[in-house]
Amino acid sequence: MHIIENGNVAAALGVRLCRAGVIAAYPITPQTPLTERLSEYVESGDMKAEYIPVESEHSALAVCIAASSAGARTFTATSANGLLYMHEQVQWASGARLPIVMCVVNRAVGAPWNVWNDQQDSISQRDTGWIQIYCCDHQQIIDTVIKAFWLAEKVSIPIMVCYDGYILSHTYMPFDVPDQEKVDAFLPPFKPEYALDPDQPANLNTVTLPDVRVDVHGELAHGYMEIRYLLQEDLRTTLKAAAEAEQRFAQHFGRGGDPFIEPYRCADADFVAVGMGSITYQLRVCVDALRKEGIRVGVMGVRYYRPFPDEAIAGALKGKQGVIVFEKALSYGYEGALASDLKSALYEHLAPTGSLPTVQNLIAGIGGREIRTEDLTQTLRAAIHERISKEPHWIGLKL
Amino acid sequence: MGTRNYRRKTSHSEHGPGDGGRTGSWRVERPVLDQSVCTPCKRNKESCFICWLFCPEIVISRTIPPTFNLEYCKGCGICAEECPTKAITMVDEAKFAEEEKE
Repeated sequence: MHIIENGNVAAALGVRLCRAGVIAAYPITPQTPLTERLSEYVESGDMKAEYIPVESEHSALAVCIAASSAGARTFTATSANGLLYMHEQVQWASGARLPIVMCVVNRAVGAPWNVWNDQQDSISQRDTGWIQIYCCDHQQIIDTVIKAFWLAEKVSIPIMVCYDGYILSHTYMPFDVPDQEKVDAFLPPFKPEYALDPDQPANLNTVTLPDVRVDVHGELAHGYMEIRYLLQEDLRTTLKAAAEAEQRFAQHFGRGGDPFIEPYRCADADFVAVGMGSITYQLRVCVDALRKEGIRVGVMGVRYYRPFPDEAIAGALKGKQGVIVFEKALSYGYEGALASDLKSALYEHLAPTGSLPTVQNLIAGIGGREIRTEDLTQTLRAAIHERISKEPHWIGLKL
Repeated sequence: MGTRNYRRKTSHSEHGPGDGGRTGSWRVERPVLDQSVCTPCKRNKESCFICWLFCPEIVISRTIPPTFNLEYCKGCGICAEECPTKAITMVDEAKFAEEEKE
């Protein structure tokens, strides 16, 4: 059924369709309408779930960790400082291999206090061992939530479904809401290998020694290092599982494509703009304008940030003259994290070919600074004409 | 031989001795019992067992005399602190190491 709704409702509908059993969240702008909507579904009986109100984001994720350990399909959502306050539990959830799905409605972090959109919140959680997927429109939000539960449970790794605050969370767009029966066929009930069981008491993720140990059954059990290696190994093989999720989703719902990248007019392009989230759709307008001037440029959206789809990205950029990376976040003291990761992928996969594209890094929309399409077009044109700066260039800075 | 084929990818301990490792190696001081002062030993009757009750590691037996499982005793000294007749003394592990050398 096609409806017109905002991005937060798209996410809430996805969570309802996935029959999440436990939801714990603390309201924070711009995520609030998402959790409000879910609490309404639970209150009205439209959704058979436990909605657990908590006093903080740290507790929200702690509740999800407990519920997921007990075998419940679990969901939470947050933004900005709420995500930062969760940070300790974020690391815990991935180390404990719990398939929690969390929407991160992207917002700038303090100080100074700011409630508007950028992506510093989720980018700052890059190294926590979670899968991170970025959405560009409302259809992607609802579809990604559904895919995320399947994938998280397949690989036992939690997933952040990230979408831009206000630009996607509070704007209205038409999108298709899949039928419940189809979602049920796509996503079977969650059946973990072990769920908390009073008849089989266990101590989960207690002090784990630096070295391996013999467990009570006489089997050689992992030390801390083996458990952490397996998380890394499984995150890398998640790239295969993600492709499977995408294919399976297309079979059930008849839509989808490349799970990792979303190229637009890239095939014959000499230059490619790269970004994550809604800015990549805005950049399509710039690309169309520059194409009319005869500039061969395309734009590529990166959907998966972790695990990083290095092969897909390098493959798509092979033979290009220049890459311009647009980011709404920064690894302070150096450059945008996506730009660094992308350069690393190009070096690994394209250096042996002897032809590396140039890479420029443009920072935009920090703290919700308006990104005017005209400014984007002008900056993209200038970056293609000649290298703007060795340092990341901030678009629209009034200094 | 590694842990590649271990059945879990997480840290998962079940009830039983040693699932947290041989924690006795953490010990700096060892509890030593003086049976001439210990209440159940003196009376030869099941009594007192304050040491058994207080031991956070469950390594003291409820027997006459009470015994310490040194594989897992971390040497916290709570038993010596709580013993109403001061029958338990904490002795530096270095002393035992020297004795073993001799």
